[in-house]
Amino acid sequence: MPEPLLEVRDLRIRFGRFTAVDGLSFALGPGEVLGVVGESGSGKSVSMLAVLGLIRTPGAHVSGNIVFRGRELLGLKDAEMRSVRGREIAMIFQDPMTALTPVYTVGWQIAEQIRAHEKVSARAARDRAVRLLDEVGIPSPERRVDAYPHEFSGGMRQRAVIAMALSCNPALLIADEPTTALDVTTQAQILDLMRRLRADHGSAIVMITHDMGVVSEIADEVLVMYGGRAVERGARRQVFHTPRHPYTWGLLDSVPRVRGPRARRLPAIPGAPGAAERGCPFADRCAHRFAPCDEAPPLTPTGDPGHLDACWLPEDRRRTR
Amino acid sequence: MIGYILRRFGAAALVLFAISVLVFLIFFATPGVDPAARIAGKNADPATLEQVRASFGFDRPLPVQYLMMMKHLFVTHDLTSFVNRGTLVIPQIVEAIPVTLSLVVGAAVIWMVLGVAMGTLAGAMRGTLIDPLVMLLGVFGVSLPVYWLGEVVNLLTQKQLHDSVFSWVPPLGYAPLSQGVGQWALHLLLPWLTLALLYAGIYARLLRGELAGALNEDYVRTARAKGLSERRVLLRHALRCSLIPIVSLFGLDFGALVGGAALLTEVVFGLPGVGKLTYQALQNLDLPVIMGTVLYAAFFVVLANAVVDVVYARLDPRVRRA
Repeated sequence: MPEPLLEVRDLRIRFGRFTAVDGLSFALGPGEVLGVVGESGSGKSVSMLAVLGLIRTPGAHVSGNIVFRGRELLGLKDAEMRSVRGREIAMIFQDPMTALTPVYTVGWQIAEQIRAHEKVSARAARDRAVRLLDEVGIPSPERRVDAYPHEFSGGMRQRAVIAMALSCNPALLIADEPTTALDVTTQAQILDLMRRLRADHGSAIVMITHDMGVVSEIADEVLVMYGGRAVERGARRQVFHTPRHPYTWGLLDSVPRVRGPRARRLPAIPGAPGAAERGCPFADRCAHRFAPCDEAPPLTPTGDPGHLDACWLPEDRRRTR
Repeated sequence: MIGYILRRFGAAALVLFAISVLVFLIFFATPGVDPAARIAGKNADPATLEQVRASFGFDRPLPVQYLMMMKHLFVTHDLTSFVNRGTLVIPQIVEAIPVTLSLVVGAAVIWMVLGVAMGTLAGAMRGTLIDPLVMLLGVFGVSLPVYWLGEVVNLLTQKQLHDSVFSWVPPLGYAPLSQGVGQWALHLLLPWLTLALLYAGIYARLLRGELAGALNEDYVRTARAKGLSERRVLLRHALRCSLIPIVSLFGLDFGALVGGAALLTEVVFGLPGVGKLTYQALQNLDLPVIMGTVLYAAFFVVLANAVVDVVYARLDPRVRRA
């Protein structure tokens, strides 16, 4: 693997006594798309906020290494971090309805980001905002650039947010559930758009989602998180075709199949989300629990090369799909 | 935007008309009251009563009476006080307006600056000691009644410490602008501060709450993710949105104060403003004066509301199309 664009090693995030992320490690090459999957509270969003240094809760404690283009981001001064945010790493959030400041025009907000990082005239920034809006598929962008967020539909706002995120050509785009708040047709359009932009701009993408369907559409690599830990990691084919962790099995079973007999009810993962006190975080909800699970399994390569999982199950009890 | 402004002021004119009709009806069409006697003054002789009756049209239908009353109020300006016969009502009000306006405008500037500064400081410094300290100061301001604070201020500056620290404080009363800006401001300084303290506390608390809410909004997170400075995120994004409810409250408060709600401050500091005039008229049941001041107050409340709505639309694009 060439020099990774982003390498996270042993990231730990605590809020007071509560551990939100417990030793997360992954790497991402330039231009790659990493899908981070997990249910609410699995630590996927908060670990990405940590990459941008946006965890501001008092009492939060972040440790480990976050190396971006060979530079340690953790512990960077705020002014230095600001030049990374928005310019080298951009982030898109879940709800496009509230992600834009309601009192400024869309174009103004895009231009604001451009001018925060580059010395360009207001006129030039605005022209670029028009081009960006055009690129993300907003009709008649010269007119729409002066519209306010409330004059856009949800899908258009998400396009505008993406245009803003791309305005400084970031090397990495973190998208936190960018399609969750949108209807299915719009979801597909936004995913299409992100795929196209990735081809045009060459940005690497971290796609945070709980939707296995979205991951299968766009990701090269998949990271499955549970209870603040990575439980499985591998190429998309590996994770989808030979999933190794019981939690991943559960996630994949919860997606309805197009082919084959129709299930009367989709199988659910029993129990409520949340990590076990000690040992394997998934142990409390796992049907395959046995004695070794009282100790937390490390993320180790047990399957094909590059396919890692954190589970003690012996090979003969693993399931093949 | 222009269309919105025109529509808004058109509506305001309509409201003013409705108020004038209502006030007229309450004062002059209430059964059992002889309006002519009210207007002619105490112990008027029958001849005068008859003359008033004819001149105000009290023997004619109500709409005509209304029009004649408005003519006396706004065109000929010859409505006279019921208590002090011969004193014209309108010139009295016109004389009182600059006093009240000077008091309220000055106090408003002070409380807006102070309130916004305190609210922003507390909102931005949440989690530190500064926040509760500033808020405590705000509660302090809110809890001091104007009549008490004003009297204490007077006691200290006019009497107890007048020979030492506060020898520069002029005697109570109003100095018109024609005596120079310096004298004008010097006479009004303590009334301004007294009146502003209460409102600064209210506004600081309100703004802090708004700002705390705004800082948790998604758009603030977006602004931070854009790489903007914390200062810009705070002022251009969070504060800008938090000011919207402040402006609407300001309009109401300002209108009410100019309309006579600054009465306590005016009485305590001996300022002959509209509040004081109304207060005196109420004590004597001087109906013509009360009617004049009520219409005047209504005018300012309605005007302030219209101005606020226009400013509101300027601040919040979502309102413009409504």
